[in-house]
Amino acid sequence: MSEEWLVKGAAIVGGEPRDIRLKDGIISEIGTGLAAAGATVLDAAGLIALPGLVDLHTHLREPGREDAETVETGTRAAALGGFTAVHAMANTEPVADTAGVVEQVWRLGDQAGYVDVRPVGAVTVGLGGKQLAELGAMADSAARVRVFSDDGFCVADPLLMRRALEYVKAFDGVIAQHAQEPRLTEGAQLNEGEVASRLGLAGWPAAAEEAIIARDCLLAAHVDAALHVCHVSTAGSVEIIRWAKSKGWRVTAEVTPHHLLLTDDLAGDYDTRFKVNPPLRTRGDVEALRHALRDGTIDCVATDHAPHPVEAKETEWAAAANGMTGLETALRVVHKAMVDTGLLDWAGVATRMSIRPAAIGRVSGHGNPLREGAPANLTLYDAAAGETPVDPAAHASKSRNSPFAGLPLPGRVHSTFLRGTATVLDGKVTR
Amino acid sequence: MNRHLISAADLDRDDAIGILDTAEELARAEGRPIRKLPTLRGLTVVNLFYEDSTRTRTSFEAAAKRLSADVINFSAKGSSVAKGESLKDTALTLEAMGADAVVIRHPASGAPRRLTDWVSGRVINAGDGTHEHPTQALLDAFTMRQRLAGGPDRHGRGLDGVRVTIVGDVLHSRVARSNVLLLATLGAQVTLVAPPTLMPYAVDTWPCRAGYDIDAELRKSDVVMMLRVQQERMSAAYFPTVREYRRRYGLDSSRMALLPEHAIVMHPGPMNRGVEIAAEVADSDRSTIVAQVANGVTVRMAVLYLMLGGAAEGSA
Ligand SMILES: [Zn+2]
Repeated sequence: MSEEWLVKGAAIVGGEPRDIRLKDGIISEIGTGLAAAGATVLDAAGLIALPGLVDLHTHLREPGREDAETVETGTRAAALGGFTAVHAMANTEPVADTAGVVEQVWRLGDQAGYVDVRPVGAVTVGLGGKQLAELGAMADSAARVRVFSDDGFCVADPLLMRRALEYVKAFDGVIAQHAQEPRLTEGAQLNEGEVASRLGLAGWPAAAEEAIIARDCLLAAHVDAALHVCHVSTAGSVEIIRWAKSKGWRVTAEVTPHHLLLTDDLAGDYDTRFKVNPPLRTRGDVEALRHALRDGTIDCVATDHAPHPVEAKETEWAAAANGMTGLETALRVVHKAMVDTGLLDWAGVATRMSIRPAAIGRVSGHGNPLREGAPANLTLYDAAAGETPVDPAAHASKSRNSPFAGLPLPGRVHSTFLRGTATVLDGKVTR
Repeated sequence: MNRHLISAADLDRDDAIGILDTAEELARAEGRPIRKLPTLRGLTVVNLFYEDSTRTRTSFEAAAKRLSADVINFSAKGSSVAKGESLKDTALTLEAMGADAVVIRHPASGAPRRLTDWVSGRVINAGDGTHEHPTQALLDAFTMRQRLAGGPDRHGRGLDGVRVTIVGDVLHSRVARSNVLLLATLGAQVTLVAPPTLMPYAVDTWPCRAGYDIDAELRKSDVVMMLRVQQERMSAAYFPTVREYRRRYGLDSSRMALLPEHAIVMHPGPMNRGVEIAAEVADSDRSTIVAQVANGVTVRMAVLYLMLGGAAEGSA
């Protein structure tokens, strides 16, 4: 709290260079030619200032799978990726389906101190899809849960889904659905298409995602509740969400960095780094997702950071775990997929990686435009840094399962501030 | 030739014809009193079988032994594999044994491809999940060439213009995938026939035709290959009953009569007699099913010979 910073010459969301003073946890002053007046000066010439990034979809793995990630390592990775708040998914061991577990995760995040950790509560007991978890108790807990999800599994029972959507209205909650019709995806391994067919891998049809999204949009409309669609992966899903939004229904959606950049043909050599759920799709889907993120049909980017130990991926394809790490590469991937392609400017990136996800997750103190009086949560990004290949060995995440390994990506996260305290400076965590 | 044989697509036309020609020569040598060739003496071939398949394993074993290789059978049952050892750890064990080639059968598509990352020897795919079974396709092509392009002038020839109809559960068939690729490479015209539920997605991108009407295709086929259909498929609603499957897609003698006079009937085995193929068809003189088994050994000898022969000479 005692840190005082003068960030000199940063381009706020890509605009003209400004000096930003961070004092007492807030942005106390923005101007040009500001005097240090006792503050530590950070030369930010050439850097872009973004409101601290907010991730709606992070698997921190603790409690239970500390071999893959801990709250400490995962949130350090998040800070290095430019994040100031992350939502910790509920599929831990034990599942985050009680006030006790969500409070534990929240406290671990608080102790680590890199980012604000917002636990996501499970919708159903043990992610079992049979009985509602005590959603109200989690909402009322110290963790103040507002986002509920059985992510990893779909809340497939339509009646249970309707009830969950309705029930959380009492505390302004939102149900984040992992849209996957289970019967249509039994044993599914890869996007049902030319590649899976050739490789002899059981197909994961786009319709299995789209059918659930369509159903859930209708349910959300019927009970006037908030639905958030996790990791949208198909062009058809985009069409359905666009239609639901055109009706004014309370539907929001996210897309992952990997679905904005990668396609199913990467699985051609059965390289398990590319195994993820929902699966990588086709070039046409990638294009549709990028345009949907641009036009606002998809509200935001969420990483679905899913760390796994080496042995979970060093297997034959069918036995390999689903998921990819993403926190430390998200902004750079968005830079490549959306900014370098001319689809978004930096203000657009700020909206989709900070402002909208904070609003969807009901995260107070985050996702505010950078102006005087706002909480001093911000990220300095060096967009001019040339493309360098991703090296997972250098990542702070405990796991190395990055699908971007070796891929040249532009840019570099320079610094991250959480309530005026530097968590990352010049690409390194401050402690 | 490629370092490994994972997919029939690893073989170009010259590779494939070279294997068939070599198999012919080896078959001729087989006729002589000395049944063992010294070609692979001192080399170790490991049969790594994660699925029970006595037929394929013994075929590879016989092929390797007739070339004087040392053969180690490493079956999933009764070994550390059964206790949950990972494929990678097993691969490292094989590496320590000094395997020059690993013949792998695995229930997961792509397992042989993964194995190539972890062993320094050659990897031969002996059937992986619903992906491929390239040596089966080679022995099928060998059998076709033997039966349809008789005479010594078949040396050096492909299967240009031969019309092959493959019928049955194409979706789950590694034999069909490898055959489509290899036969197309050799110039044959392949047509797949299956109920729409058992036809692979995006089959229009494969180098073959596809249809649902077996009778129409049989009339213009030089070869019909019947695929095994597993009764479990019924429970996943791929077709209503075995009876209906047999009626619409089974090969009985009245359907066999639709075939041109010279046409042959093939089956990769094991057969479900009375389901996809009637007993009198399987046992008819059009059937090459027994010849396929015999040819399996010679074709696998040719594959091992061409993939490892150079190594043996180098080490001698
Ligand atoms: Zn999910």
